[in-house]
Amino acid sequence: MIRRWLPHPLLSALLLLIWLIFNQSLAPGTVLLGIAFGIALGRMFDLLDPPKARLRHYPLLLRLFARVVLDIVRSNLAVARIVLFGKRPMRSGFVAIPLQLTDRYGLAVLSCIITSTPGTIWVSYDSSANILLIHVLDLVDEAGWIDSIKQRYERPLLEIFQ
Amino acid sequence: MSHLDALPPWVAVTVAVLVLLGALFAFVGSLGLLRLKNFYQRVHAPTLGTTLGTFFMLAASITCFSVLHARPIFNEVLIGVFLTLTTPITLMLLVRAALYRDREEGSQDVPQLTSKD
Repeated sequence: MIRRWLPHPLLSALLLLIWLIFNQSLAPGTVLLGIAFGIALGRMFDLLDPPKARLRHYPLLLRLFARVVLDIVRSNLAVARIVLFGKRPMRSGFVAIPLQLTDRYGLAVLSCIITSTPGTIWVSYDSSANILLIHVLDLVDEAGWIDSIKQRYERPLLEIFQ
Repeated sequence: MSHLDALPPWVAVTVAVLVLLGALFAFVGSLGLLRLKNFYQRVHAPTLGTTLGTFFMLAASITCFSVLHARPIFNEVLIGVFLTLTTPITLMLLVRAALYRDREEGSQDVPQLTSKD
């Protein structure tokens, strides 16, 4: 019964939360409408037959979030410095990273992290060879980049999603 | 809003500083579009505007309207969430289009196809 009405409880709860933040109100009518949206859209999402997502390790998720925020601030400053004062010839280029992560949702989060951090962009992902291609603005040491993306982001995502 | 005079001075200063910081990051990002050398470098620059630029703008908006209405107002947070979720899609489309073109033209500066993309 619960499964039928709430196939994706987390998604429905998030939709309700978004609705409440959007309306900035906790009036019974708003909450009721939000619940209706959460259930309806959750069931509609189920029709798309999405792959199953399993989240584990919520504390790790928070730690990863804090780390990403810190990295975003740091790389913002780094890229701003390059744009404003960059005089030396800068080497930027592509880096191919072999991944262990195969979960669709984990990869989606990784793509948000990599593009949100100025200085790196997700270029393409080869799902058969499981190789991710990124472009790095200030490419000093290629092995260092591969290592840091695998250690800092991929490892926690593996634990959370797989 | 015509009630802006109702803002206490310290709040007004905070909001002004936040707005300027946000504008500064957005500006540096746009300047990057002009100063960087090739397409793949240039596409990095606007992410400054979508991350810290947006963050400071939203923080300014949240501070301003929370003080004006004397209760926490934070629906701006959703702008940040949706921007973070959607930026990768546009950037990926742009970069992959450029990569496709460069590969078609046989450019040696871009990595060749591995097995399939």
